[in-house]
Amino acid sequence: MSILVIADHDNQSLKPSTLNTIGAAKQIGGDITVLVAGQGCAGVAEAAAKAEGVSKVLVADDAAYANQLAENLSLLVAEIGKDYTHILTPAGTTGKDFLPRVAALLDVAQISDIIKVESADTFQRPIYAGNALATVKSSDSIKVITVRPTAFDPVAAEGGSAAVEALSLAKDAGTSQFVKAEMAKSDRPELTSASIVISGGRGMQNGENFKMLEKIADKLGAAVGASRAAVDAGFVPNDMQVGQTGKIVAPQLYIAVGISGAIQHLAGMSGSKVIVAINKDEEAPIFQVADYGLVADLFQAVPELEQELDKVL
Amino acid sequence: MKVLVAVKRVIDYNVKVRVKPDNTGVDLTNVKMAMNPFCEIAVEEAVRLKEKGIATEVVVVSIGPQAAQEQIRTALALGADRGILIQTDEEIQSLAAAKLLKAVVDKEQPKLVILGKQAIDSDNNQTGQMLAALCGYPQGTFASEVVVEGEKVNVTREVDGGLVTVALNLPAVVTTDLRLNEPRYASLPNIMKAKKKPLETTTPADLGVDVAPRLTTLKVEAPAQRKAGIKVASVAELVDKLKNEAKVI
Ligand SMILES: Cc1cc2nc3c(=O)[nH]c(=O)nc-3n(C[C@H](O)[C@H](O)[C@H](O)COP(=O)(O)OP(=O)(O)OC[C@H]3O[C@@H](n4cnc5c(N)ncnc54)[C@H](O)[C@@H]3O)c2cc1C
Ligand SMILES: Nc1ncnc2c1ncn2[C@@H]1O[C@H](COP(=O)(O)O)[C@@H](O)[C@H]1O
Repeated sequence: MSILVIADHDNQSLKPSTLNTIGAAKQIGGDITVLVAGQGCAGVAEAAAKAEGVSKVLVADDAAYANQLAENLSLLVAEIGKDYTHILTPAGTTGKDFLPRVAALLDVAQISDIIKVESADTFQRPIYAGNALATVKSSDSIKVITVRPTAFDPVAAEGGSAAVEALSLAKDAGTSQFVKAEMAKSDRPELTSASIVISGGRGMQNGENFKMLEKIADKLGAAVGASRAAVDAGFVPNDMQVGQTGKIVAPQLYIAVGISGAIQHLAGMSGSKVIVAINKDEEAPIFQVADYGLVADLFQAVPELEQELDKVL
Repeated sequence: MKVLVAVKRVIDYNVKVRVKPDNTGVDLTNVKMAMNPFCEIAVEEAVRLKEKGIATEVVVVSIGPQAAQEQIRTALALGADRGILIQTDEEIQSLAAAKLLKAVVDKEQPKLVILGKQAIDSDNNQTGQMLAALCGYPQGTFASEVVVEGEKVNVTREVDGGLVTVALNLPAVVTTDLRLNEPRYASLPNIMKAKKKPLETTTPADLGVDVAPRLTTLKVEAPAQRKAGIKVASVAELVDKLKNEAKVI
């Protein structure tokens, strides 16, 4: 078995989800190669070479890959990938964008968002917003897979010493151009890898009130998330949405504030170790999954929570 | 320009699905079906392009059983001009769906193809990207804004870190995210009018596409259920539990 893992990165640093994906590759078993495609991404390649279990790092450093444009990246991955039995990448928005193109170019199926490796050709994945788990077996010669990072332990970031090989393969489809990026800047941990997440919903009433959650987040070293309703209402940006069609999180502690607990929201956070719900409606479905539920008005409970945390932290 | 929209018939998003006791799938008997919510957003976007005078014709296509006509009629009631049903009772996986849609693209030659980012049954998030690759078209996935300008379309995309805008040469494929628009409701007169709009039926065999599944579902299980925990009486008790019982802070 030979596995190609496509690194998720921003040309500066290797995203931690890549280490979880290498973790999934290890469970499949076989030789693991990591591909870093980007521009000015030598640092990322070095980081990938240190990851545990990696035997080789391929670097494609070219302007065509600077912004991870799917049209270009997929041509590259489809060309290199045909020599592997498995092609894996994290199920983030970059992987979800380019990998199905790779599968189509190779004329194979893609298995999206796997949460378990049963064997080299059989995997488990959630369907219907996580209300069912399907075990699927692939009959294709190349298995093209996106990996749900929270479902796999990461390999160690240090300790490996893989060889780094430069590729001079510039694939520019010439059909798309990057125009601009408006990225959220935050000093808080990344939502999908934070060990504590505090999320607000429609009950927060406006974006200003999210400051209350941010204060708590800063005390706990937590990330701040949101429900779709809070994003749709314009309280907070889209990259904070947790759920079936947003981000999947599985922290040690998830605190849901003013969130009712629709199945689409639960799909994104029910893998959390401990769930806390603060909601004024004691019938809210979120309480059915909460380890600790507090029936209260959030505008009272959240400031009080801040004070109580000060006492114990 | 002509716009093609792909709509999928799926379980209504409000329905709580149940896994069949024999673990072969989920129970869809007597369950309410509807248009995939992301496809509704795709139809709405196409209709708005028509209202702006950018699109000249909006064609909707669905792959599925005869009953998928209902979803095509809904799209026609929302303002699409004409429908195509690729009728089949077989399981159509994303790669096969993309190949069928490619056959329609070859015939219809649209300038823009709009799909949902994800079908809420399979949660695959693949078909649009696969279609784009098969056609050699660029793609703007997870779109929250679509602006057609001459021979290009600018698409603002919802990505993990924020928003990214790309410029795509037409023809192109766009997949919709939740913030792209808020779909309208069909009015009664429009529902009546939709009944008279053309709806053509074809089959995978007519289109010459091999739709054999590549993935076999061995088992479908219900996920482990979380048990509801306890209600705490105060914030102080909550903090005490988190610190001393759960030990997560
Ligand atoms: C295709 C599709 C995809 C979707 N994807 C997602 C997704 O990825 N993520 C997601 O979250 N949703 C998603 N949804 C939306 C989902 O169905 C719900 O509409 C949404 O999660 C509701 O958000 P909410 O809980 O914040 O709002 P509501 O359901 O309106 O709940 C607000 C809650 O706040 C409580 N509240 C109000 N005021 C206070 C107060 N002062 N103090 C305490 N509590 C208060 C209320 O009791 C209520 O329970 C999706 C829907 C569709 C159709
Ligand atoms: N059977 C189908 N009929 C029509 N469109 C489909 C079908 N399957 C997928 N699509 C389109 O592809 C999108 C993404 O689906 P998927 O890749 O299955 O998550 C959907 O929102 C539809 O626009």
